[in-house]
Amino acid sequence: MADRAGPVTGRARVRAGVLPVVGAVGRVAVTRTGIAGVAATLAVLALTLGTVAAVLIRAEGGFRIGPQDWAAIRFTLWQAALSALLSVALAVPVARGLARRRFPGRAVLVTLMGAPFILPVIVAVLGLLAVFGRSGWVSQALGLIGFDPIGIYGLHGVILAHVFFNLPLATRLILQGWLAIPAERFRLAATLDATPRDIARLLERPMLRAVLPGTFMVIFLICTTSFAVALTLGGGPRATTVELAIYHAFRLDFDLSRAAVLALIQLAMSGAAALIALRIAVPVVTGAGLDRSVRRWDADRLALRVIDALWITLAATFLLTPLAAIAARGLPALADLPVQVWAAAWRSLWVAGLSVAVTLVLALAMTLAIVRHPRMGRWMEPVGYLAIAASPLVIGTGLFLILFPLTDPVALALPVTALVNAVMALPFALRALVPAAAEVESRFGRLADSLGMTGTARLTRLTLPRLRRPLGFSAALAGALSMGDLGVVTLFADPGQATLPLLLYRLMAAYRMDQAAGVALLLLGLSLAVFWIFDRGGRVDADV
Amino acid sequence: MLTFEQVVLEQGDFRLTADFSVTRGSRTAVMGPSGAGKSTLLAAIGGFFAPAQGRILWQGTDLEALSPGKRPVAMIFQDNNLFPHLTAFENAALGLRPSGRLNTKETARVQDALAQVGLAGFATRKPATLSGGQQSRAALARMLVQDRPLVLLDEPFAALGPALRAEMIALVKSLLVSTRATLLMVTHDPADARALGGDLVVVADGVAHPPSLAGALLDAPPAALREYLG
Repeated sequence: MADRAGPVTGRARVRAGVLPVVGAVGRVAVTRTGIAGVAATLAVLALTLGTVAAVLIRAEGGFRIGPQDWAAIRFTLWQAALSALLSVALAVPVARGLARRRFPGRAVLVTLMGAPFILPVIVAVLGLLAVFGRSGWVSQALGLIGFDPIGIYGLHGVILAHVFFNLPLATRLILQGWLAIPAERFRLAATLDATPRDIARLLERPMLRAVLPGTFMVIFLICTTSFAVALTLGGGPRATTVELAIYHAFRLDFDLSRAAVLALIQLAMSGAAALIALRIAVPVVTGAGLDRSVRRWDADRLALRVIDALWITLAATFLLTPLAAIAARGLPALADLPVQVWAAAWRSLWVAGLSVAVTLVLALAMTLAIVRHPRMGRWMEPVGYLAIAASPLVIGTGLFLILFPLTDPVALALPVTALVNAVMALPFALRALVPAAAEVESRFGRLADSLGMTGTARLTRLTLPRLRRPLGFSAALAGALSMGDLGVVTLFADPGQATLPLLLYRLMAAYRMDQAAGVALLLLGLSLAVFWIFDRGGRVDADV
Repeated sequence: MLTFEQVVLEQGDFRLTADFSVTRGSRTAVMGPSGAGKSTLLAAIGGFFAPAQGRILWQGTDLEALSPGKRPVAMIFQDNNLFPHLTAFENAALGLRPSGRLNTKETARVQDALAQVGLAGFATRKPATLSGGQQSRAALARMLVQDRPLVLLDEPFAALGPALRAEMIALVKSLLVSTRATLLMVTHDPADARALGGDLVVVADGVAHPPSLAGALLDAPPAALREYLG
């Protein structure tokens, strides 16, 4: 009778280590959840890999990599490596300072370190121009003491912008590593009268060895697919990334075979980077517990305090000045914004709304299937994360080629933008939802089973209410990312359909900088508002 | 009658055998050292753990084919018995309909159950605003509403103090008088077993022993029980 061990359903594995589960979910619900999950996964596969296939089919010229393409590849890898290296190297002393000091405003600063993620790239670029550009604050100060103004365009501008975006991310990841060292160990070290040097050797360097490679790879990966920064600050034969080259091939030359070849190169590069990143256990920003700091008996000396204060001040200044510059310049300009701004803002808002809806539907369908059918989940989850390596420009190009024979792709520019943005937000939504859903199952799954809660009742009475926070956060992220996106929309949209970031880019290209600052301020405000509203919506009245 | 027919529960190194019956309408305490398999025994009845061998029967019917929600079983676990986002009323109502949509008659029944457990004025309160004892009462209200012939309690009052626990056991007893359900309750306190005033199943050394009168067993404990009681 050994075969009576029973049909152990998939969810058993979620509660691995507890008890195997028998016949836990009604058959109907299983099938529906599974089908929805498979459908969502196939949709994501079609958008990420299917679009590449579409590009490939149209590439008639064969696979030839010209000297310009090699230059683009070299530049992409080089700037990504430099950006990641600088971000990580600068983040270590900043994180060390934040880990062992307590000061007023520390919590705000740590929270702000999470903000660049939802800060529209084009807004940050404008801010950096206002500070580091030819007529920016730094150049003006240099001019006072008789130096030439500095230029921001080219390799160093691209790296500056990438460090601006990724230094905070690196700082948070490394700070997390620091705070993950148990306080008892620091206490033990204190009883042993360890010096800062001993502590670095015993506790900190092993932690850094574990955390830094993953942090480096994440930033490297982000920088290889960077488009908006290269579009605005790069350019020319010596500072063109592969993504930017795709844009040029498609938009300026309409050379589809070259766009296809470049798309493949982009996919291979970011795919390889993603694979390496996965292998070396990428740290995840949890945000939990970053508000505390470790009591350090060894670090009470004046010299160390000065060093920490210096690093923290430098980082805060570097991150906040560009935003202050936009506020200073944009506030007066808010009064007389060009009329087309409001239409663009409205377009951006509904694109963001659509993107949020698509992200939530895809992420929820996949999450439920992943949690209830772990065997399916094993291939579903990686597909969801594929989007990290996928290039929005490649997806956009593919969709254009697919839509072209059927309808006018330009007319669909905004829905397509929303769709691509949704796929880009999907990995982050899955990161938030899958662990939360697994926890709901392990805490309440049995209770729900014993009450016969299946299908819709289980979804609406248990799963959705319990997932409110991660759902709200996912929606917030998807909305803010879409609001600020300057990617695929540049491929398709004609001037009549500009979103707010695209309008901002055009104003900058026309050197109408005051108006641009006003629009940037508006865009920043809207992005933050979208994020806040959704995230808040998930928290209000959420019973824990 | 609940029957364990040469049941073997296995997981890795763990192995527990059970071969006995529990009379319908009886109250049985389940005691034994931690890790002996008390909760696993209840999980097997509830449908969360498939026996490697043997059958578990209720009134002569094999339970194996039934999913946990379809078994004649109402269960209360050690913790996480209430959904934090639902009110006491909604939590109790789940025992009737998982969708929570009730007609007038059903609403009245849930309210009646809340009154029976002494939560008449607390229907709209969420678990976070209820005391530990009140949370237990809400779970018992749901059990009442479920109206299943077999009630399994897996140390549901472990977090409560002795006086409150005695009060809860008295409440459980009085509720069972009206529902005539069969009760199995895991506990680690001999006082609970005595207060329950029924049988006792000792789970130790890989065997769930057949039930016998709790009072007599505790007065003259056999070796396995003596070791546990210390």
